[in-house]
Amino acid sequence: MSEETNVSASPAQPNAAMIPLPSAGEEEGMTKAEKSVYLASQWTLIIRRFRKHKLAVWSLGVVVLLYLMAIFCEFLAPYDLSRRFNQYIYQQPQTIRFVRDGRITWPFVYGFKAEVDRATFRRIYTVDTSKVYPIKLFVKGDPYEMWGLWPMDRHLWGVEGEDATAFLLGTDRLGRDSLSRIIHGSRISLSVGLIGLAISFVLGLTIGGASGYIGGVLDEGIQRLIEVLRSFPSLPLWMALAAAMPPRWPPLQVYFGITVVLSLIGWTGLARAVRGKLLALREEDYVMAARISGAGATHIIARHLLPGFMSYIIVSLTLSIPGMILGETSLSFLGLGLRAPVTSWGVLLAEAQNASIVALYPWLLIPGIPVVITVLAFNFMGDGLRDAADPYGR
Amino acid sequence: MASYIARRLIIMIPTVLIISFISFGIIVLPPGDYLESLVASLEAQGERADQDYIAFLRRSYGLDQPFIVQYWRWFSNMFRGDFGYSFEFRREVSDLIGERMLLTVVISITTILLTTAIAWPIALFSATHKYSFFDYVATFFGFIGVSTPSFLIALVFMFLMGRYFGVSAGGLFSPQYMDAAWSWARVKDLLAHLWVPLFILATGSTAGSIRTIRANMLDELGKPYVITARAKGLTELKVILKYPFRVALNPFFSSVGWMLPGIISGSTILSTVLSLPTAGPLLLRALQTQDMYLAGSFIFLQTILTVIGTLLSDLALAWSDPRVRYGKAGS
Repeated sequence: MSEETNVSASPAQPNAAMIPLPSAGEEEGMTKAEKSVYLASQWTLIIRRFRKHKLAVWSLGVVVLLYLMAIFCEFLAPYDLSRRFNQYIYQQPQTIRFVRDGRITWPFVYGFKAEVDRATFRRIYTVDTSKVYPIKLFVKGDPYEMWGLWPMDRHLWGVEGEDATAFLLGTDRLGRDSLSRIIHGSRISLSVGLIGLAISFVLGLTIGGASGYIGGVLDEGIQRLIEVLRSFPSLPLWMALAAAMPPRWPPLQVYFGITVVLSLIGWTGLARAVRGKLLALREEDYVMAARISGAGATHIIARHLLPGFMSYIIVSLTLSIPGMILGETSLSFLGLGLRAPVTSWGVLLAEAQNASIVALYPWLLIPGIPVVITVLAFNFMGDGLRDAADPYGR
Repeated sequence: MASYIARRLIIMIPTVLIISFISFGIIVLPPGDYLESLVASLEAQGERADQDYIAFLRRSYGLDQPFIVQYWRWFSNMFRGDFGYSFEFRREVSDLIGERMLLTVVISITTILLTTAIAWPIALFSATHKYSFFDYVATFFGFIGVSTPSFLIALVFMFLMGRYFGVSAGGLFSPQYMDAAWSWARVKDLLAHLWVPLFILATGSTAGSIRTIRANMLDELGKPYVITARAKGLTELKVILKYPFRVALNPFFSSVGWMLPGIISGSTILSTVLSLPTAGPLLLRALQTQDMYLAGSFIFLQTILTVIGTLLSDLALAWSDPRVRYGKAGS
């Protein structure tokens, strides 16, 4: 993505590789613009560069919103995860309407009338304009425990009344509200990536760091191990490991098992990056200067080396999240990953297993949309971070 | 060059050993074995499992032996072309794999060719017409393609095709040709069905190719040697194709080896969704039913192909890029 950076580079922006940094005496003679660049810390420069990448900033916003949705899912979803409406199985989405009798009104939905087709035994739902359910804010609904701590029953929005329903994205084969399930599913889908990331991060940093800093036989051994691990094609390996998990495991354990499986390959890339950077930075003049000044190994690593490649680690981590989210979705879709009652976007998509079901109930594919949005947002964000990670380069 | 290849081949030996060990380990890892799940499913159906037969099977396949003995038996037999026995299908693993191999290879290779034929021109045009309308469209679809799970693309396509063209995208044969012997009519039937999955498979993999080649082209287009080539008075097409494009293809060459294992697993998920009779769904099934020799052989074969593929990739890269050839050949 060098083209964007070339375009955005203003003449005032220095190129550290070519222009010698001004000595303290010259600071007085600098223009304000030059000063703000030369005297800014690395992180200020990174943030400044990142903010130029508009798409990445927007994506960051989207990611934050998605995680907010995951955190407050019980409150945001109109229904409970497992609330069934037996009389509304496979009901198509209800549309929010603003116009009634030619006048603009408060948003509402029409109720549905269910009939059974005698030839095919399929339920057919038709809009019943006599049932008008206005959408209200902070309605009383299914009780839940916010974060397992406070019992609550208010939902951000919903419809009130004994048989009032609002299934904006339709219902599934048990008559559960798809939208609510998608919102609840975000918690699992979005956290799988993060926990997998944390595991990759710890493994990659320690193993890669040891490999790069200690070197020798250890380095050689670790590099061979990484090569072997990387030569396994990732999807079949994931499938095999996921299938190896005993079906009797409780859902939570399966969940952690899957994240461990997903991060098993992820750390190798990070370990390599860390090792490579460590080896390169170790030879830098400023490290030599620190060593001559009498700094210890820990001090050099923490104070001089770590800030040098921290940005690369963040980039490589951000770019590895989408892979994990897609991996979880695919595994769950195949039935090898998470299983009901645990609900993730992949588990929801598993309902749309074949073309005939999709042809009858196309709204079952909707959980794919948040997956695509999440992965896109992480990809754009990673792109922006990659450009920003090296504020002195190019 | 010769010593480079020789060195790589020697390193491969321990790698293959470790890989075979891990492959087998993963397959034996789940508690229980196929026979136990067989007994369980028989009893669930109200049938009584023939204990003598089960014991006979267990003995003859060495399932009562310790791990290391089982492993060695499996590994050494493989060199004699004996990949073991599939419990689920009650047939030799080599037969099962071989049977599905022809279609798998045909589909995979056509997909690779199709992907290349679509991705290269688009990527080239996109890069040379940066920020044009076409480029934005290509970039947009590229990002969408990279960010969408492949099975979702397949499902959406199947839905659209079923609804608007009345084409069913599942399977490779019409019912009457499913188990028929090969004949001209069957080939024609295959071709009539093949284009849909091929199209879906290619769409899934095109996006990534376009993105990489475009990014590399953009990096290369600004380099001085391109200006030199232009200054020499070459036509623009020749400038692009002869210099920067060759460099931009490097990541293609370094990943071409990864297509070898892809030929076996050939987009497992897509094939499952599209119910194609290729090797991928067979692997999935084998993993689900703990059909250990079938699954183990699959994973082992795939990984070996990856190792060979990586070697071929490196050689292809050395062949296409003199810098790699002269820089690395001695080391």
